[in-house]
Amino acid sequence: MNKAKLVDNLADKNNLESFPTRDGFGKGLVQAGEQDERVVVLCADLSESTRTHWFKEKFPERFIQMGVAEQNLATVASGLAQYGKIPFIASYAAFSPGRNNEQIRTTIALNNVPVKIVGAHAGISVGPDGATHQQLEDIALMRAMPRIVVVVPCDMVEARKATLAIAINNQPSYIRIGRSNTPVFTTDKTPFEIGRAEIFRQPAVTADVAVIGCGILLYNALVAAEELAREGIEATVVNSHTVKPLDGKTILAVAKDAKAIVTVEEHQISGGLGSAVAEFLAKNYPVPQEFIGVQDRFGESGEPEELIEAFGLGVEAIKTAVRKVLKRKS
Amino acid sequence: MSDHIHDDKIKELEIKANQIRQSLIESLVSAGSGHTAGPLGMADIFTAFYFHILHHDPKRPDWDERDRLILSNGHIVPIRYATMAHAGYFPIEELKTLRKFGSRLQGHPERERMPALETTSGPLGSGLSQAAGIAYGARIDKKAFRTYCFMSDGEHDAGNLWEAAMFAGKYKLSNLTGIVDRNNIQIDGMTEDIMPLEPLREKYEAFGWHVMDIDGHNMEAIVDAVQEAKAIFEKPTLILAHTIPGKGIEKIEFDFSWHGKPPKPEEGEQFLNELRTLGGQIQSEHE
Repeated sequence: MNKAKLVDNLADKNNLESFPTRDGFGKGLVQAGEQDERVVVLCADLSESTRTHWFKEKFPERFIQMGVAEQNLATVASGLAQYGKIPFIASYAAFSPGRNNEQIRTTIALNNVPVKIVGAHAGISVGPDGATHQQLEDIALMRAMPRIVVVVPCDMVEARKATLAIAINNQPSYIRIGRSNTPVFTTDKTPFEIGRAEIFRQPAVTADVAVIGCGILLYNALVAAEELAREGIEATVVNSHTVKPLDGKTILAVAKDAKAIVTVEEHQISGGLGSAVAEFLAKNYPVPQEFIGVQDRFGESGEPEELIEAFGLGVEAIKTAVRKVLKRKS
Repeated sequence: MSDHIHDDKIKELEIKANQIRQSLIESLVSAGSGHTAGPLGMADIFTAFYFHILHHDPKRPDWDERDRLILSNGHIVPIRYATMAHAGYFPIEELKTLRKFGSRLQGHPERERMPALETTSGPLGSGLSQAAGIAYGARIDKKAFRTYCFMSDGEHDAGNLWEAAMFAGKYKLSNLTGIVDRNNIQIDGMTEDIMPLEPLREKYEAFGWHVMDIDGHNMEAIVDAVQEAKAIFEKPTLILAHTIPGKGIEKIEFDFSWHGKPPKPEEGEQFLNELRTLGGQIQSEHE
């Protein structure tokens, strides 16, 4: 048990540390800057909220203030990367890769230069800002585009590791980070490798269901799995932090074991991790699947936890989806 | 290297531009689709750059110190291909593969297929940003090379381009020179009818640029303007090159309907003859 080296007091939410994934990104970025002087950071007037201000304080000569101009953010970075730099571009995911999608497509993906796109304030958990700022389509936008690596970290610690990993992968990459405080449940020792899903919970017996998630909702998936175990339902929980390239090997293995899947993500059910898993399994090992995600609607103002519940992304919703998928098992 | 340009060099460039126009027509006829007017209008400027202005080496397209030439309005790339072939980047024969399946000469330029193109472009309004990014990176590393960005006038409708103009002005990117192909046409008609751009010069000046107006078909003016840009140390420079769309072929000149179509084979023959005889001034050796 606990090969994933998660925190010991996993279920004790009130006593877990709570930080936003953006903090992990900000720390990882400074570290990436220390490790490689080619790393430059461009920000579209959101340096404090994207946590790029920490990099700016340490490396002012490598921080470029772009103003509120996300199209220019992506395209100037394309030029810097073409020249030989490793640019990270930071804005809210609603604007980048939202507003500048064509620029990312032509000048980063098709042009094949290693720009690192940082989508901050992603998901419904942005909270009070409301629907305009709650980006729920970014994984779909980035996943559909050839060549782009898509990473969705589950907590602050993983966000730091993911940032360091994409800094050196020499590929156009997207990292999705969030605004609100969320439980820190992985540790420095938790394995992390781009393109490799990690099994965060493995029942001692054959699993009844495999829950495959990415991002901050993975914590809810783990809590749901513990509670379901008390009902006699055994769930494997997989952290598929890399949505692209998807770790087909691990997903196939857990699907063959459990023969039922629930996917969990803070994103529209169209085009995200759930779709990626369904596309893969439909071809390789079709099993019943339920999708936890936003059901084809826009968000609204509210507190993060309140919205997570209201939009069907909480622990109870995951448990309900598990029971539902079990009924569909042949 | 190009402090003063001699008359015989100018003559040489003019002859080269005429040969490149002929190759352009041949490749467009072979492709059966593509743009004609814009590429013809930029033939003189491309020739001046590849045969006199740029520090480059066709045998070493990845040379670190090369000047960077970014083409923002990717649809005129056939003239870049023709010029690069004549400059020795690839065989002139390959121009006949333009827009064909499997060719490096894509309908719009792709860096992945031919790195010497520097960037992938086509969707308008983004090239100046990419050029500014390269110029900014070069400045961090104290590199001496210069970055040039060729743009159309029509793409100045796009907001991204003005974001780039503001950025280059803010950071005083004096190692960046923009060249606008001011031919007054775009797909749907005259630029000033579609979306008025004037006063273009004053707009750039207000954004912190040094601006020059030149005749884009005068080799001496082209070379002199780039020289002047090198002497401006506190601002990026914009060269507003006034050109004639379709320049060199009477039937095409000033006619915006030639923006997005190639010559038919029989028209191609007629145009080639016109170029070979310099509009009837000399007798063609092919007659």
